[in-house]
Amino acid sequence: MAEFRTCPDSGFYFHKSAESLMKVNAVLGVVFLLVAGVLAVGVVLTRWQEVHLLSAEAFYMGLTAHGINALIFWIIFFEMAILHFASSTLLRCRLATPAWAWIGFILMVIGAVMNNVAVFQGNSSVMMTSYAPMQAAPHFYLGLILFAVGALLQVFVFFGTLVVAHQEKTYEGSVPLVTFGAITAAIIAVFTIASGAIILIPTFLWSIGYISHIDAEMYRIVWWGLGHSSQQVNVAAHVSVWYLLAGVLFGARPMSEKVSRMAFLLYILFLQLACAHHILVDPGVSTEWRIFNTSYAMYLAVLASMIHGLTVPGSIEVAQRKKGLTNGIFEWLRKAPWDNPVFSGMFISLLVFGFIGGITGVVMGTLQINLIIHNTIYVPAHFHATVAVGTTLAFMALTYLLIPVLFRREMIFPKLAKLQPYIFGGGMTILILFMLGAGTLGVSRRHWDMDFTGAALGFEYPGMAYTLMAIAAIGGLLAIVGGAIYLLVAVGSLMFGKKLEPSAGFLQSFLGKSLAASVYNTNRPETLPMAPKLSVEEHGSSGFEAPGTFALAMVLLVSFVVYYFINWKYLASVWPLG
Amino acid sequence: MTSYMPPAERIWWKMPVGRQELVWIAISLVWCLIMFLMMPYWHIYGKQNPATEAYQTTPAKFGARVQEMVEQYQVREESGIPVVKPPAGSDIYMLGRLWQWYPIFELEKDQSYRLHLSSMDWQHGFSLQPINVNLQVVPGYEMVLQITPDQAGEYGVVCNEYCGIGHHLMVGRIYVGE
Ligand code: HEM
Ligand SMILES: [Cu+2]
Ligand SMILES: [Cu+2]
Repeated sequence: MAEFRTCPDSGFYFHKSAESLMKVNAVLGVVFLLVAGVLAVGVVLTRWQEVHLLSAEAFYMGLTAHGINALIFWIIFFEMAILHFASSTLLRCRLATPAWAWIGFILMVIGAVMNNVAVFQGNSSVMMTSYAPMQAAPHFYLGLILFAVGALLQVFVFFGTLVVAHQEKTYEGSVPLVTFGAITAAIIAVFTIASGAIILIPTFLWSIGYISHIDAEMYRIVWWGLGHSSQQVNVAAHVSVWYLLAGVLFGARPMSEKVSRMAFLLYILFLQLACAHHILVDPGVSTEWRIFNTSYAMYLAVLASMIHGLTVPGSIEVAQRKKGLTNGIFEWLRKAPWDNPVFSGMFISLLVFGFIGGITGVVMGTLQINLIIHNTIYVPAHFHATVAVGTTLAFMALTYLLIPVLFRREMIFPKLAKLQPYIFGGGMTILILFMLGAGTLGVSRRHWDMDFTGAALGFEYPGMAYTLMAIAAIGGLLAIVGGAIYLLVAVGSLMFGKKLEPSAGFLQSFLGKSLAASVYNTNRPETLPMAPKLSVEEHGSSGFEAPGTFALAMVLLVSFVVYYFINWKYLASVWPLG
Repeated sequence: MTSYMPPAERIWWKMPVGRQELVWIAISLVWCLIMFLMMPYWHIYGKQNPATEAYQTTPAKFGARVQEMVEQYQVREESGIPVVKPPAGSDIYMLGRLWQWYPIFELEKDQSYRLHLSSMDWQHGFSLQPINVNLQVVPGYEMVLQITPDQAGEYGVVCNEYCGIGHHLMVGRIYVGE
């Protein structure tokens, strides 16, 4: 019985069970993005003080659900699809134990639904961090635990598939870079889920009265062991997607396999252990440990991200230059396919992640500078640059690639799709920049009312803070329009897009049923060959093969240095304390 | 095309690395080191650092300490909250609880105080405005930090750790006199 089909357009091989799992995971991810996006409307219109849409109760409930659905459910479901793609599809290998992957998937669905039910019942508006001793309903925690166990099962299936590929020699040489990146993500995910279990299981037991006390500071330290490393999973995943899309779009090859893989390795070795930058202004953690943890663990991973930041666009530049786009230092970029949302989405993701997400993250992760940033709206601004643009937009770009290749549908509304990355990325950038500004003026995150209506003692923020929040909200609405276009194009294409041969119907797209039996006509794909060799002189060039990228990198560095020291200067102006 | 194919060379880890990447890695590494060194440098020479002193405590113990100070140094009341004027250089105690910062302080400019912070119930965020200094306040832990207000004025203490439905009601005050 044949188990594989080839995609006539891309040449990728899809294993029947892996294909179904990729589809259902991706579709479920998109469902939760929809939920998060709808809630974003309420959140953003409430933070716009002149509009102040929701009641306090609805706002905190909505914000809890927005964070969890976007950051946890949307991203992790989609990552499961990416893991199966990076193992089974890229290595041309059958999926190990599909039944376990299905069990994992179903647990994730149950967990995600259970958690949402808990939040919308109203007694669990505790934010995604659910800091003890504030308590949520037991099924809030149970939902997260089931979700994590399910994800863990799918991650194990991913590892199993790698083992099968290795044993059955479905590829020559070493695994591709993209798969290597996915392995990085998966290893960190295992660590994340372990910390998650260490903290969420006792918290669950506490919520049902089995344990009488949870130490609030211990909770924060262990929770951030999970919370921080899970973000590293996202970074490893979206960097892998960048490399994949650079390869698909441009035929780009990594500038150096060694450097790119070392950079992924740094993620595994370092960043995942860093939780201190979330607790820099907490009581009871020693300065030495905080400095050590926030720097050794973070900066070597920052180094890794700076490396990827050079090698991803660098590899594109080299590929473009080979095609003859060699005028000046930027012709390769000017003549890139800016009207292809796969490219524009990926490149905007890269720019915003690096220039805004990266720089702000390092600045606020600096021990002392954190004093003037902790828990202000600056913080959500930072992570919208990393996860809402960096990760989410990269996954959106990948979706546009997968609609024809995996789902076998033509994309509907191609003109609208072309604009989508600009609308979403542009709107988000406005939201982010103005929330950064408002945070600098002291506006608090997770706060329903910056007028403090009804408080015994008041405080008045400067008028500028209101203006910045209003502009941020307008940017947020624009981003929501961009998100809606994505959902429209993605879901609409699966339903109404022209079927491509071999084609998928409604059930095949949404429920992951396999295509017609006759489509799967290969028992075992040809062994995946190594990439074609480069001529000797092209190795380890002693010149600057990607000058445009290097110029961009220098702009990044200069902005970074200037912005970093501006913040020190600002810090030096506040009350002496310590 | 090769980012998703096995490397062209079987022994890819022995291939030379291009000059451009090496230069960038070197620059990045130096920058990361500078950023690392800034923290111990500021810890020793800088004037604004997070607290280094903290104790485990209980709400009852800490609450009693706050009350003792209030009784000793209260000068008046504002919106039902005592205003306390402790002597310069002394230990001052502020607690956070649902949904109030207690008490209000009257401090003197350019004098140092040892500020003790803790929570009676959930986590809170001590966010001193408009200078925008932010500290995490955690139940069961007492954070101690030396503060030296260097500008006279009226300051707000906003709670910036979400603490339930009345989170926005939780605003405290500190006066700094000449
Ligand atoms: C579509 C447009 C979006 C808008 C307009 C938006 C807006 C916002 C705003 C204004 C906040 C902060 C509210 C506050 O702290 O008071 C927030 C929080 C958050 N957002 Fe978004 N967001 C969007 C999309 C996303 C996406 C795609 C992700 C993740 C992939 C995401 C993840 C989060 C998280 C994790 C929080 C923090 C929740 C918490 O504090 O517990 N958002 N969002
Ligand atoms: Cu509070
Ligand atoms: Cu609060």
